[in-house]
Amino acid sequence: MTLRPDLAIIADNVAQGSRVLDVGCGDGALMAALRDMHGVDARGLEIEAVNVAAAVSRGLSVIQGDADTDLADYPDASFDYAILSQTLQTTRRPDAVLDQLLRIGRRAFVSFPNFAHWRVRASLLWGGRMPVTRLLPEQWFDTPNIHHVTIDDFRALVKDRGLTVEGAWFLSGDKQTTSAAANFLAEHAVFLLKN
Amino acid sequence: MSTTDQRFGLARTITLPGPLRLDGGGLLSPVDIAYETYGTLNAEGSNAVLVCHALTGDQHVASDHPITGKPGWWARMVGPGKPVDPERHFIVCANVLGSCMGSSGPASLNPATGAPWAMAFPVITIRDMVRAQAMLLDHLGVGVLHAVVGGSMGGMQALSWPATFPERVRAAVVIASTARHTAQNIAFHEVGRQAVMADPKWRGGDYYGGGQGVNGQNGGDPPAAGLAVARMAAHITYLSEAGLTEKFGRRLQARPDRPDGAKSFGFDADFQIESYLRHQGIAFVDRFDANSYLYITRAMDYFDLAEEHGGHLANAFRASKARFCLVSFDTDWLYPTPESRAIVHALNAAGAPVSFVELSSPFGHDAFLLESPEMNRVVDGFLRVGA
Repeated sequence: MTLRPDLAIIADNVAQGSRVLDVGCGDGALMAALRDMHGVDARGLEIEAVNVAAAVSRGLSVIQGDADTDLADYPDASFDYAILSQTLQTTRRPDAVLDQLLRIGRRAFVSFPNFAHWRVRASLLWGGRMPVTRLLPEQWFDTPNIHHVTIDDFRALVKDRGLTVEGAWFLSGDKQTTSAAANFLAEHAVFLLKN
Repeated sequence: MSTTDQRFGLARTITLPGPLRLDGGGLLSPVDIAYETYGTLNAEGSNAVLVCHALTGDQHVASDHPITGKPGWWARMVGPGKPVDPERHFIVCANVLGSCMGSSGPASLNPATGAPWAMAFPVITIRDMVRAQAMLLDHLGVGVLHAVVGGSMGGMQALSWPATFPERVRAAVVIASTARHTAQNIAFHEVGRQAVMADPKWRGGDYYGGGQGVNGQNGGDPPAAGLAVARMAAHITYLSEAGLTEKFGRRLQARPDRPDGAKSFGFDADFQIESYLRHQGIAFVDRFDANSYLYITRAMDYFDLAEEHGGHLANAFRASKARFCLVSFDTDWLYPTPESRAIVHALNAAGAPVSFVELSSPFGHDAFLLESPEMNRVVDGFLRVGA
């Protein structure tokens, strides 16, 4: 089983035997990997019933729910890590979701597609059209991504919230790219945050 | 009586010496429990699955019903190749305490008088039903359950099991259910009970006429009209408006002279929905005892798992190490999704491993008894873990 590159980075950096909440866990691919390879006690939250059914049939503990409203139900510091992969840009209030993640988890992994990647910029600049890319494949009218975010935007939000960045990884395709030019060159970012 | 007899759906009744201590005070003995088993208990004793039935269900979960001749009430969930599989599981389904299909209830004989208990039968609770099931499992040599599975009232038992016997349950599946009866739930039940009690034939519950009748119920002259009305009212709560509209709408009943139906300008069953409900009411009277209906609805009304644990539902699960799986249906207005979510929150607060999914169906509360590939997939996947 090959994990999506951002998920592989997260999996490699989660401590053995820890407790993890995967918010927007999809069909549970990351949770299953964490459980099987790292002995992690993983729980999931997922909005689509079909995905929940797939994850439960993998033997995972997944609750159908909405990150925007249901995170409030989890007790403080009940997980070592809260994970939000490719979901931040679909939430109604990404800032509030980020606060919840760091309330529930001692640390939080957040990954998202970078809207400032050069191909996205080129699409808008030269084509004058909303970009449709590998990581952002939907047309503007039916996209779940309602809060497009760039790496620099996210850095600003993290700074504004007074959060500590314990790790940051930037991906272009399957390759990691440097932090310095990440906002231009990276398609995708993964941050490890701490309060 | 041998527990190694492997005939499919073998109906059995056991008289346990008791006594069973009841939540309402007092002791009950002896305790009769009618049950069926499917499959075989493995050498480790680790593959037992207890299936809990709903209000008017019985032990015939996957075998034909002796009165109606219809397939078992959950043959879609229990059977070879199904999520609860006699090839893998030792399946136990017992008729609940208070019912009328062979377990001790108001239609059974009171050993002190030799006559049916009628309303002298003690009022029972969901937890009493669970304790009676535990006595049966003791008798069958089942220590720890691989899983307890139930829908509706069966789901209440599936919740009550890990709360009452935390060491005896590894997993619980709770479908279309709730941790407590709401005022609205109680209100509907009260309508049904009052319909039974308002029937002049109810006679304070003493209508058995000295005999128990077929299968221990409805001997004598039972309050059939009242019970049929109770069932009609309850049946509406099991369906959804969308489902009713799709199936019946305002369509009229066909008549001999008018195949497409016509209004009678009277009180015959003009509408198809009227005739459907009347049929449901009458069919129910043939297989169910009116006093059992009173006792079991009361047990459900008294159910409040949080109240039993200091007012905090999470406390009900603190001693349990069980995994939980909850399923609700989006058109179920009897036990709507927020009821399941409240349980999920409590389980999260208690740190229990819990899965939850709301499935889409037009069929309301009844959806849990109907064909649902998604429900089967979820339950199957959940039960396979740790098997």
